Parts: sequence; C-alpha cells; structure tokens
Amino acid sequence: MPREMMFAEAIAVAITEEMQRDPNVVFYGQNMAMTERDPFVRKFGKERVRITPISETAELGIAVGAAMSGLRPIVELYMAEFMLVAFDEVINEAPRLHYMSGGQVKVPCVFKAGFGFAAGWAGQHSNCTYHAMMGIPGLKIALPSTSADAMGLMRSAIRDDNPVVYLHHYMLTIDKSPVPDGEHIVPFGVADVKRPGTDVTIVATAWMVKKSLAAAEMLAKEGISAEVVDPRTLSPLDVNTIVESVKKTGRLVLVDQAPRHASAAVVIAGEVAEQGFKYLRAPVKMVTALDTSVPYSETLERYVLPSEEKIVDAAKSVVAMQAAAV
Amino acid sequence: MVLASQLSKERLTWMYAQMLRIREFEERVKRTFVEHPGVIRGHAHLGDGAEASIVGSLATRNEADPVMPSYRCHGYPLVLGTPARALMAEIYQRRDGICKGFGGSMHLADPAHHFPTASGIIGQGIAHAAGVAYAAQVKKSGQVVYSFFGDGSSKQGAFHETLNLAAVWKLPVVFVLENNMYQAYTHYKLEDANAVAGDPLSQKAKAYSIPGQTVDGTDVLAVFDVVAGAADRARSGEGPSLIESRFYRLSPHGNAITVPPVPTQFQEHEAIEVYGNKAEFEAAKKNDPILKFRAHLISHGTLTDLDAKKVEDRVRTEMDEVVKFALASPMPAPEEATKYVWA
Repeated sequence: MPREMMFAEAIAVAITEEMQRDPNVVFYGQNMAMTERDPFVRKFGKERVRITPISETAELGIAVGAAMSGLRPIVELYMAEFMLVAFDEVINEAPRLHYMSGGQVKVPCVFKAGFGFAAGWAGQHSNCTYHAMMGIPGLKIALPSTSADAMGLMRSAIRDDNPVVYLHHYMLTIDKSPVPDGEHIVPFGVADVKRPGTDVTIVATAWMVKKSLAAAEMLAKEGISAEVVDPRTLSPLDVNTIVESVKKTGRLVLVDQAPRHASAAVVIAGEVAEQGFKYLRAPVKMVTALDTSVPYSETLERYVLPSEEKIVDAAKSVVAMQAAAV
Repeated sequence: MVLASQLSKERLTWMYAQMLRIREFEERVKRTFVEHPGVIRGHAHLGDGAEASIVGSLATRNEADPVMPSYRCHGYPLVLGTPARALMAEIYQRRDGICKGFGGSMHLADPAHHFPTASGIIGQGIAHAAGVAYAAQVKKSGQVVYSFFGDGSSKQGAFHETLNLAAVWKLPVVFVLENNMYQAYTHYKLEDANAVAGDPLSQKAKAYSIPGQTVDGTDVLAVFDVVAGAADRARSGEGPSLIESRFYRLSPHGNAITVPPVPTQFQEHEAIEVYGNKAEFEAAKKNDPILKFRAHLISHGTLTDLDAKKVEDRVRTEMDEVVKFALASPMPAPEEATKYVWA
C-alpha cells in the first residue's frame, strides 16, 4: 500500500535507508547534528553525521576528497544559493576530476539544497540557479516534484558514481503525496508524464509541476487537454519523452521558475526546435520568471514569477494559434 | 618516530636519487619547449628548487598515505612510484599519459600510487586533501594525508575554511605550505599579512590553534624531521599541523603565456624579469638543495663522489629514455574525447 508522506520526510527516509544500506554514506552540513538528540546522529553516530561551520568551500571540497576516497558524502547546504559561495567545487572540481584523470577517480557525492523559496525571501534566497549547472559535463541535477520522486531521486543520487546536485523546492516541503512501498528508486534521465493530454504539452519541474497540474485542471474545464511532463532530472535530460509528447500534441509550453534567459526552458526549447520542429503546430511558448531579481513584496513577487493563470493563458494562446492557422 | 639522523645509507641514497629525478625531469620539461616546440601545450609549472621539501616530506610517509599536491605536481608522483614516462607522456599530451592525455601538466593523478588528484585552481586541493583525510578517519584506515600548496594558496578562503574544519574534526592531515617566495609573479612579501608584519607564514596556524612550524625547505633532513613529527601527531589522532617549508622556486612561475602560433617557453625568473633582482636569484641558485644534500652526503661519508656520480648517471639515463618514450607515444584517438564524462 502506498503511504502518504511529506516531501521533506521522503527525502529524510531515503537518506536514512541509504545510510543503513551503505556504511560509506556520510551526511553533514551547517546547523545539523548539533546534539545527540538529532535523529541521524542517534542512528549513525558522529563519525558519519557531522555539523560543519559556515564554510561551503571546505564542506564541498571535503566532500570531493572524501568521495574520491570511497565515501559517498551528502552535503546539506539548505539554500541553493549557498552553493554559489563554493561554485568552483560544484562546477570546476567535482565534475571535472573523473574526466581529467582519464577515468581514474570517481567523485560520488550529493550536494543537497532547497531552492526557489517564493515566500518573501527576496533577491538572494529565492533563486533558481540550476541553469548555471545544466551544461556542465559530469554533473547531474535532480529536481523532484513529488514525495515519491523526492525519495526515488535521492536514492539514485546517493548511489550514482557522479556528483549530483539535488535541489528540493522549498514550497513543496510540507506537501503530502503517496510514496510506493519498498525500495522506491527513480532512475535519472527518465521524464515522467504527470498528466496525460492531447492538445498541448506543458514541461515543468519542481514547484512548477504543481502549478502546471493546477493549470491543466483549469484548462480541462475549458475543453483543452494538457499533458504535463516532468523531466525530473535536468542533467541528464530526457529530451526524447518531451519530443514524443510534442509529436502527439503539436504544441509546447515550457514553465520555469528561473528568469527567462537563465532557465532550463531555453535549453529544452533549443532541443525541441532542432529535434521536434516538424511536429510543432505553434511556436514554443515559455512561461518563466521575468528577467528580474526576485522582489520582496508579495505583489511584486507574484508579478515576476510564473502562475497558474500565466500557464493557462500561454496554453490557450498556442492552442488558439493553431486553430487560427487551420 | 625515526629521525633524519637515523636514516640508513640506502634510504639517504634513495632520497638523493629522488631529488635528482625531480630536477632532471623538470629540466627536460623545460628543454622540451625549446627542443620540441608545440609538444607541451597550455601551462606547465616546475618544481625545481622544491626537491628537498618534496622528498624530505614524502620520505616520512607510510606506504598507503595519500599525497595531494597543487597543480605544480610533477615531482610528487615521481617519488611515489608513478612511472616517469607516464607522467612525461601526459605532459606531452599522449595516449600513454597517466591520464591518457585528458589532464596535462596541471591535472596529474595516479590513485594507484596514492596520488588521488591535483586541482588546477589555487587552494581548492587543500579542501580535497581534508576530504581524503575525513575518509581515512571514518574508515579508520590509519592513513595520514599530505597536503601541499603554495604560499599564494594560503590567502584563499579554501585554506582558512579547511584548516578550521580540519582542526575541529582533528583530521589526520599534514598541511605543507610551500613558501617558494613568489605567488605566481608576485613576491610573497607584497601580499601576505604575516610577511608584512615580519612573521613567518606558519603563524597562520595560531588562528586555528594547531601547531605551526617554519622549516628550511632546502634542507631535506630538516624537512624530514619536522614533517615526521607532524605526521606522527596526525596518525595518533591529535589532528593537523601547518608547516611552512621555505625554499626558492628556481624556475619562473610557468612557461610564458602566449597565443598560438606564437611559441612559448620559460623566460627568466620573475626575480630578474619583473623585479630586476639578479642578486636574489643568484643567491638562491647557490643555495641549491640538491648540491647542498650532495655535499652533506659526501662530507658525512654516506656517499663518495663516485657513488653520487653513479646515481646521477642512472637518473639522467632514465630521464633521457623517458623523453624518448613520451615523444614516441601516439596521440589519443580524437573520438576518445567523449569518454570519462560520466563515471
């Protein structure tokens, strides 16, 4: 029987069970494991679960070194932006070493962080930075949108022999959804059709999946059948499932919380332009954040970020465009 | 703990040979720019002048102790047992290179000989070394990690963050700050707060409440004793130490940065080229760590002049063959380039 589980709990369960399965998995970060009362410390002890100072370069660099030496570290970074402080490790160390060593070393580590906190955290703690990591060969990026995916992708991240940036959306933290029984694993590079449809394909990740599903519900009431596709990992990116969906619907709306020119949407649009142009019956439409920093005030923030209404409008516009052309 | 004064004749001879191997290897790298232009691409950084510091440090290792140098990394694997020809072939961009032509001079790696990797980005390897030490601690392997980095690295956040955390976690690591007097092209006295105040750079250890010591990095036996003490401390679970090993980099920072097809080679040392200080450079050359150790071995009756010459001939023959091998090694097949993106 599938269990209802909170998003954050699903991640914690995956980490716990992987740590039970593999003694080489270690877990550390700031403001965690402070006392013996911490559930991870209780289960796994202070060798494998540790508190760190606010030293992201050391935290990530130590993970890289430990990973080269047979451990599988998970670094808790809390906020994706904190990774920027140590971006050399994320971009120019962890993913490069296997390649530069001619395949001699492996760097299996997980950089875990929340992101996209659209709750008044303003310009420096609400961002979507995955676009900056998407094109980095050797680096994988997971963005779960449901509790089941959160659990399954974390398991895959820990077992992967490559560095993985695991980004969980803050706005999904307390959402409950079913998680399958047993050792639930979601492979990387396999998109999931979250809702089948025939008129328009909506591609979204993380919190935007939730918004896109809500938009699809609104569209259904107006007689438009939207298919919602969640790539689940941006690297590797399952372009094939997206193109197959476009083949069926002929229309594509890309929803992305990142600013337009720093979004995953632009990358997907490029792939579909090359591989799926013949199936398109309308131009690709991107519903992204505006090219601004994220503002503090709620009215401003709402104006900048994608919403159900913006997704509905975009879907209707591409469907109408086709109708007009016929 | 073995003291340098207790080292056997065989061990001392081995140390002398390793110092020579580094010097002869680096001289051939340098000559390649003149004799075979284009064979070495990008940027190569030589360790001549560092021989006593490298060999004195590594001679204290236990068999499985990992070594994490900076991008100035040719010398360490030579001592660890990486075949010299695989290192030269890598620098010559060849298929038989230790990294199959994927890494080059700045990114050597040979985990089979306890050299996990080097980072080309200043200071980042310090954090990696602490990570290797963290793994040793968790696995209770008994290993001590040897982390080498330049004086320039000690101004990086990675250095300070890592020393703090390594001290908090009592990681089994020896941090060897190789003060070779120049951070790239800048004299260290222009950019180091301790130096400006007239203090040794090992002073930085005080900020993290760990032992800090400065040693004459041109004296291989002095280096041995100081590093052995720090390694002993690390192995017994007491945590890291910082050692400032002072010596003089005898080559400039790297080959000149030129844009192809303009050929590149090593210019005069910065002391002369930038600062016009020929006297400083000449004094450093007179204080050559290899000549000093040779004189010591002969004056103490460890080696005769003839013994030393035999070692020197053997090393030169080895390195001449290394160059021949590397030049003859084929280039990698172009389509290999997509290998090793994913583990």
